[in-house]
Amino acid sequence: MKRLRRSMLFVPGNNPGMVRDAHIYGSDSIMFDLEDSVAVTEKDAARFLVYNALTHLKYGSKELVVRINDLGSGLGVADLEAIVRAQPDVIRLPKTECARDVIDCEREIERIERAAGIPVGRTGMMAAIESARGVLNAYEIATASKRLIGIALGAEDYVTDLKTTRSDGTELFFARNMILNAARAAGIDALDTVYSDVNNEEGFIAEATLIKKLGFNGKSVINPRQIPPLHRVFLPSEKELNKARAIMEAIEEANARGSGVASLNGKMIDKPVVLRAQYLLELAEAASIIPIEEV
Amino acid sequence: MQIKKTGVAGTVESSDIIVRIEPREEPGVELTLTSSVMQQFGRQIEKVIRETLAELGVESALVDAVDKGALDCTVRARTAAAAYRAAECTDYVWRTKG
Repeated sequence: MKRLRRSMLFVPGNNPGMVRDAHIYGSDSIMFDLEDSVAVTEKDAARFLVYNALTHLKYGSKELVVRINDLGSGLGVADLEAIVRAQPDVIRLPKTECARDVIDCEREIERIERAAGIPVGRTGMMAAIESARGVLNAYEIATASKRLIGIALGAEDYVTDLKTTRSDGTELFFARNMILNAARAAGIDALDTVYSDVNNEEGFIAEATLIKKLGFNGKSVINPRQIPPLHRVFLPSEKELNKARAIMEAIEEANARGSGVASLNGKMIDKPVVLRAQYLLELAEAASIIPIEEV
Repeated sequence: MQIKKTGVAGTVESSDIIVRIEPREEPGVELTLTSSVMQQFGRQIEKVIRETLAELGVESALVDAVDKGALDCTVRARTAAAAYRAAECTDYVWRTKG
């Protein structure tokens, strides 16, 4: 089954309590942060903490992501030296402006994998796009490396670059669509930005509903409280599920008959319909594995 | 690894440990530990601190640690960060996860 990425929980990399508990909240992915949530004077300490957590703690089947500092900061390569050896699933590159940023990061990852005896290519990557230039280069970024599992929008820096502020989502309309289309054209996932007002659940649900409608795989979250409402938004309805099951049954029957053509209620079922049905069933299965509980 | 100055890492927040490492004139590691879970885990915390310092080649140091219920991996991380800071060393050695 394809990995679901409805929710990616941000965990400040220098907070031992949050690093320890990150897996209990039910997010699909956990993203340990070495970048913006860590003070400049504590970058080394956070690196030690995340490295030791990844090498000693068990997080079950969660996808483990580490956001490093960008290579231009002078900290990114030092982050990679530690984190690649700790073998998370994915390295998240911040502030990606162009394909070169991805290629440069990949070169460092590959060098470290070779030096560390890790199979080359094992470490996945994702790129966060956080500027007007990055948004315009979304497709070249999304296709810059086979390691990329997705691209993400980082809205706080992006709206600053646009000389605006976060409001009802109008300001992100272009960026979201660019990133989503680039990701889909590249065959990878699209992840939406965080919703910072953790006390505004109504606003959060409205934003989650919007990005689901657009086609995003999921969203970054900064507070565990945001995970259950987000998963509820992505939960298929009973009606949708019944239809998806009927479609898959019709396909199986057609296959058993040796027929290449399947139909349901007199309508032919074509490939996009099957793919959508499969995706809905995967969402439902994930929801049953990870119950949506109040945190 | 030679301890050259005072190096501190960690906080007094719950689940953390603050480790302070200073130069010591005599050989050996002199450790003072205070912990909110001293009775249950004091020995284990001391063991992890001493092991971490030994792995880093620290042969002489004064160590003062105040623990607030840190896991072993946090004790290890804070001890290593404090030691590197105290040694004014950024030539980090990272082992590949086994």
